[in-house]
Amino acid sequence: MRELRALLREWRDALHRRVPRPVLRLIARVPAGWWRRILAGAFIVVGIVLPFLFSESSGFMNATIIAVAYAVMSLGLNVVVGFAGLLDLGYVAFYALGAYSLGWFGSDFFFKAHLHVFVHGVAAQEVGIHLNFILILIAAAIICAVAGMLIGLPTLRLRGDYIAIVTLAFGEIIGVVAVNGTQIHLGSGMTLTAGNLGISAVDSPWFPGLGTFNVLNLRPWYWLILGILLVVLFVNVRLRDSRLGRAWVALREDEVAAVSMGIPLVRTKLLAYSIGAAMGGMSGAFFGAYYTTVNAGQFAFGFSIFILAMVIIGGLGSIWGALVGGMLLGYINNYIIPDVLNSLPSKFGLNFQLTQVEFGIFGFLLVLVMLVRPQGLLPERRRRMEMTGAIGAEDAQLVEASSAVGPAGRSS
Amino acid sequence: MEAQTVTPRLPAVAPRPLAILRKYVGRWGLVVALAALPIFYGIHDLTTGYQVFVGGHPVVHHDLSRLGFNFADGLSNGAIWALIAIGYTLVYGIIELINFAHGDVFMIGSFTATGLWGTFGLGLGTGAFGVIFGLLATLIVTMIVTGALNVLIERVAYRPLRSAPKLAPLITAVGFSFILQNVGLLWRGGSPLSVPDLLRAQSTVFHISGVPIYRGYILALAVMIPLVFGLAAFISNSRAGRAMRATAQDPEAARLMGINVNTTISLTFLLGGMLAGAAGLVYALYETNVWYFQGFKAGLIAFTAAVMGGIGNVRGAVLGGLIIGVIQSISDNRIQGGTWTEAIVFGYLIAIMVLRPRGLLGEETREAG
Repeated sequence: MRELRALLREWRDALHRRVPRPVLRLIARVPAGWWRRILAGAFIVVGIVLPFLFSESSGFMNATIIAVAYAVMSLGLNVVVGFAGLLDLGYVAFYALGAYSLGWFGSDFFFKAHLHVFVHGVAAQEVGIHLNFILILIAAAIICAVAGMLIGLPTLRLRGDYIAIVTLAFGEIIGVVAVNGTQIHLGSGMTLTAGNLGISAVDSPWFPGLGTFNVLNLRPWYWLILGILLVVLFVNVRLRDSRLGRAWVALREDEVAAVSMGIPLVRTKLLAYSIGAAMGGMSGAFFGAYYTTVNAGQFAFGFSIFILAMVIIGGLGSIWGALVGGMLLGYINNYIIPDVLNSLPSKFGLNFQLTQVEFGIFGFLLVLVMLVRPQGLLPERRRRMEMTGAIGAEDAQLVEASSAVGPAGRSS
Repeated sequence: MEAQTVTPRLPAVAPRPLAILRKYVGRWGLVVALAALPIFYGIHDLTTGYQVFVGGHPVVHHDLSRLGFNFADGLSNGAIWALIAIGYTLVYGIIELINFAHGDVFMIGSFTATGLWGTFGLGLGTGAFGVIFGLLATLIVTMIVTGALNVLIERVAYRPLRSAPKLAPLITAVGFSFILQNVGLLWRGGSPLSVPDLLRAQSTVFHISGVPIYRGYILALAVMIPLVFGLAAFISNSRAGRAMRATAQDPEAARLMGINVNTTISLTFLLGGMLAGAAGLVYALYETNVWYFQGFKAGLIAFTAAVMGGIGNVRGAVLGGLIIGVIQSISDNRIQGGTWTEAIVFGYLIAIMVLRPRGLLGEETREAG
């Protein structure tokens, strides 16, 4: 870190020598708070033009799209686990519900119904319910928010690993319902889900100006999920700095103290569940459209852990950590393991492919991160203080308390 | 931070309807909920009856022997869950950690046991004497292997995190669960593998009022009962067992009294792992197939059993295991070809967590409130 800073300083000095004076003066006039905005703007612009550097249907583009969609889920789970400290092991439930929102409201699956709202092309002629993709996203968010609240209700009085088990059980139940949905009849020959066969003829999103969404041209997909990511990021940042965000942190740190200071426990916790769930649902709906199928087999327990691994590797409670963790594991899962390193074991004379053991690799990463760097790659300040084993639990609180009063405090 | 400080229980912050529900449900409410399935199907069998095929012709019976069959099947299945559930309950009792990797230790036990059959030359052609001694040897070696594995996991993944927040060891436990699963996957491949039916587990030994008792049933109970009694005696009578109970009650005070807490925790993991290994052998003999994913499902069912009985309580874990076994057997046999079994078991898990977190026999724990 120190070397990096020295390097940056060197570059800055070099720049100073070369850049003409008036430009420097202009730069100096930019108010301090604006640098952050300019940086964010630059990132967004880079994000938008990025796909022009790669071919329209390259494997890397595909991996990037999936990685961004994972990052959206990771940000959602970060609200529940990171901000509010409620360990949710059934996050796959919201992936499933989001994807099924697309399956229900954007395909010919409910073939007795006829409803078309702002749809374009083939979808406008087909039977079934066809909503515009934006409406589907909203529907997915609402359905998941409600489901998140329902799942959260029984866990309100529980803590720690009991919450983990109840959410896990809910996730598994939703997985079972997805598989067995073919047995649940809704009348006129329609069923709740298509089970392991999958709902396959889902609509492609349609946005004027973005081009057609298909396998040959991945750029519109990328811009779509980038848009979702930016919205979710914005919501995350605003939430973190809001009254609600502080209430979550307070509950996470000390429930009794927080409640006695007047934080409404039920509402605060349920809001964490439902907001996190809504983000997962939006990403799930996107995945349904992108994979062009909603298949019960996608919703396994392993996926919940996969998303959890992103949040933890990135740094619990840290927005940028969740983003980086999501992107990183997305690339590892969809690019590095299958495309780059897959044949590695065979080079050592071992008879298996790396894709077979990807969950083992993630498990190993989880253990490694917890043992070596429990605060994650980009830790949140408060977590870093807790997780560094050097100071014990009580000490950490003392340090925190003294830094809050002391004159030299608040230096992260 | 909950790991060190004893957090007082929250007074009256639960949503009111839930609090009221809990107050009136209590232990007997849970008993009624658990008995609902067998009672419903018992009445159903007696009144509506059920169809059996005698020589190809459908005959309607009005008796309880189908339910009796469910019970026999369920209790023996439950014996396996009980052995695994004890591992969960012991570990939870002593360090308040849900050992997610435990189900996969059980799976490794199955794999080790079936692998040892090959080493010992046990096959379908082996005589009765050879099978019995071969299996005894397998049982001992498997228990040593899984016990050691469990101790190793504790040493690598949980002990360094003893003072970390509670989330940390839970996450490494999940991580190890995945690692073990993939070890199993590489070891025996990705699909269920059938193993020699050494005991002819499905052959009937005798009938109890029309209910056939298979060899597999007797095997499961014959392994479970002595092990459980041995364990109970060990915990209540031996010096090490007393150290375990002391550490479970208060690790800090136990340490001050000269108990080596780390050794005691290792011992707990050893015992849990050994029982899981025994369960693995019984499972392989009983189901005659092994699969790398068997541990995940078994682990969740056994955990449900441990919670149902009251986590931290060995008798409760056995009771919970047997009850879950029966519920599972009824559901497999009667409800949509068993496709909903998992959902039913987890439904019970959630209901117990919400209405009576301390389970049937458990005391009030700090976590459960």
